[in-house]
Amino acid sequence: MNQLDLKTNTTNTWCPGCGNFSILNAIRDVLITLVNEGTPIENFMLVSGIGCHAKIVDYINVNSFYSLHGRAIPAAEGIKLANPNLKVIVFAGDGDAYGEGMEHLIFAAKRNIDITTIIHNNRVYGLTTGQFTPTSPLGYVGKSTPQGSWERPINPLDLMLSSGATFIARAASHGIDFLKKVLKEAILHKGFSMIDVLQVCVTYYNMYEYYTKRVYELRDHDPSNFDKALNKIREWNYSDDSKIPLGIFFKTSMPSFEEKYINFKKKEMDRTSEIDNVLKSKY
Amino acid sequence: MEDFSILIGGKAGEGIDNSSSLIASILNKLGYYIYVYRDYPSIIRGGHTFSIIRASVNKVNAHSNKIDFLLALNQDALDFHKDKLTDSAITVFDSSKIKSDGIAIDCLKIIKEEKAIELMKNTIIIAAFFKIIGINFEIIENVLKEKELKELELNLLVAKRGYAEVQKMLDLKTISSIQRPIVSGNDAVALGLINAGLDAYLSYPMTPTSNILHFMAQLAEKFGLKVIHPESELAVILMALGFASMGCKAAIGTSGGGFCLMTEGLSFSAIAELPIVIVMGQRPGPATGLPTYTGQSELNFVLNAGHGDFLRFVVAPGDSEEAFYFSSLAMNLAWKYQIPSIILTDKLLSEGYHSFDTKCISEIKEEKVPLSDEKNNYKRYLDTKNGISPLSFPPMKDNVIKINSYEHDESGITIEDAKITKDMQEKRFKKQKYLEDELENYPTIATYGNNKSKTALICFGSNKGVCIEIAKKLDLFVIQIAIFSPFPIKKLKEAVKDLEKIICVENNFNGQMANIIRSYGVIPHFKILKYDGRPFTTEGLEDELKKVMK
Repeated sequence: MNQLDLKTNTTNTWCPGCGNFSILNAIRDVLITLVNEGTPIENFMLVSGIGCHAKIVDYINVNSFYSLHGRAIPAAEGIKLANPNLKVIVFAGDGDAYGEGMEHLIFAAKRNIDITTIIHNNRVYGLTTGQFTPTSPLGYVGKSTPQGSWERPINPLDLMLSSGATFIARAASHGIDFLKKVLKEAILHKGFSMIDVLQVCVTYYNMYEYYTKRVYELRDHDPSNFDKALNKIREWNYSDDSKIPLGIFFKTSMPSFEEKYINFKKKEMDRTSEIDNVLKSKY
Repeated sequence: MEDFSILIGGKAGEGIDNSSSLIASILNKLGYYIYVYRDYPSIIRGGHTFSIIRASVNKVNAHSNKIDFLLALNQDALDFHKDKLTDSAITVFDSSKIKSDGIAIDCLKIIKEEKAIELMKNTIIIAAFFKIIGINFEIIENVLKEKELKELELNLLVAKRGYAEVQKMLDLKTISSIQRPIVSGNDAVALGLINAGLDAYLSYPMTPTSNILHFMAQLAEKFGLKVIHPESELAVILMALGFASMGCKAAIGTSGGGFCLMTEGLSFSAIAELPIVIVMGQRPGPATGLPTYTGQSELNFVLNAGHGDFLRFVVAPGDSEEAFYFSSLAMNLAWKYQIPSIILTDKLLSEGYHSFDTKCISEIKEEKVPLSDEKNNYKRYLDTKNGISPLSFPPMKDNVIKINSYEHDESGITIEDAKITKDMQEKRFKKQKYLEDELENYPTIATYGNNKSKTALICFGSNKGVCIEIAKKLDLFVIQIAIFSPFPIKKLKEAVKDLEKIICVENNFNGQMANIIRSYGVIPHFKILKYDGRPFTTEGLEDELKKVMK
């Protein structure tokens, strides 16, 4: 199993220096670690939306479901409910999960379904060549907002906390060891886990230096405390030039959806006669 | 009496629906075939709601505009429907609410004296009605017991009082000891899907298919179903595709507005070759339209929905038995060919109640799909002679399964290469010929009535019943198109070859079916179109036909 490299033969088409590379390398290493710790590789299912981030499923030689823009999460939920033994990992972009498919993110958190959602948050639309997203700062100058955007960004972690997510974290695409640590913990968390990964887009929104100056890792933070989590989550609002905390903000244990969901088992039966019985109740 | 109709009307919230079901069950006990048309506004309380219960010695699948018995719970029920009454019609009404000629029963007085609740005036009126037509009280009592009503004793008490208030006027006899289940089109679709091995049903509530969701939720334990009500129709179809990717047979239900939201997912199911069954219950549009009424204006929509060129199966059942049969078939074909299947119904069929001939349930079975026997080089989109790639689902040891909404190679990896793009598009369409060949063995086109007649009615969906009945009366031929995609052009051309006059009967403004058959070279001479949200009555269609046949 140590030979496992999980690579496909597909040519990688991300821009040189793209933050997606470190997410790819991190997740690949985490998957290999988890396989070495006993989870069969065929028990993983990767689900992606559409955007630069989503190419990741073409680059990892693991089961995958390359969904529509904004629609990775509901597909992942269907997969998890169909086979709760699978480890389902969702990759989504910020336009993808915070824009087009926001409702699904909220509902997956509300259900506390046991899937992991990794948001490649580069705060810009890359594949459509540079427009503002729900997490671009106020005044962001992009192709659709040449005068600067008039909208304040949302704070997705704040939204996740109020929606009922039981694992909420932020990491950055530089600092791969920290990223790996958070990803692994998120995948092992039972319930809905969400990691917002601040990712550098070298072509349209290169925040490398900006983030390097401001990010810091949470220390002495109690992630089981909702109020403290809220406080830390609100330290940065995705627009102001404040410090940016990274780490696990909130983590709590609650029954997950597929545990609570009544899973009636399909039985071997003579369907025709059972259907006939149902019809008999309809005189 | 061989064929008669009862109209019961009142305010929404007064229990009209349960009352019509009670009347239908009692008439079923006497051996009659039942057909119930439900007409209700999109409100929870108030407004005018009515049901027409038709009982016949023959199977009928349409309602008549001639009412033999009017059971009126409020003044509107009387005022709105008095022009439908036959000369010998009998009206039974609640005299505490209504002034009228006919048989008056002071329901309020009985309710007060028995300390019953106001809703029970239905029971009083129904018991009185059945006394009038000569039914023994025991039959009413038995059906009330079978219905497991709340407050059964009180209901029986007021029923006895209503029964005692009136005199027997007719002597309706039991015509047969055969009783039949009374099902809605929605019930039949649900059971048909279950019959074909359904694993999961997902739906966001929307008239006229919400009752499939409710019925499935009731049946979930018995049949081991996963029944889910997600946040939106977008989530419904994507979750269902997630289920399909894991080998679970999923179906979803909606109406026009919800289906609009599902179309990107529909297109995804096509390129990713994820089987899915969509129940599309029509109601009048555009947009919110008339939520609780009927129409057939989504035929073009279901045939063309979703971007890109792709193969789909579209079937429009004409009655409950076909709803059962074709729902099973839609599921079987979706999985055999790995394509989307659409079951097109309408409010009239979905929510109406009909005597159900149980013979059809043993006529079709689940077709199990063989799985791939590949050991270590599985390709989800392997090109084959018939374009069908052998299925397998995660977890598959030593293999990787990749599903993709992008154009992809045989392994499911995204590509933009011109040759692979062309090959994969052709691979998916190779299946069409095999599907068309298989459908030769199925009733894609059905014909009824006088096959020597030079005039035919062509119809689809719930208009089957009314067309057959009127064609019989006027000695005409009827062609029902059941399957619209792939279109059974050979069978249609065969059916029309000796005809001189083709009359299309549809519930939409443009004659969508007429335009489709014209596009295949079958030229309709007349279109009879109704688009007011109400279905054709037998008399209504007969009048229109006489106009065009002059």
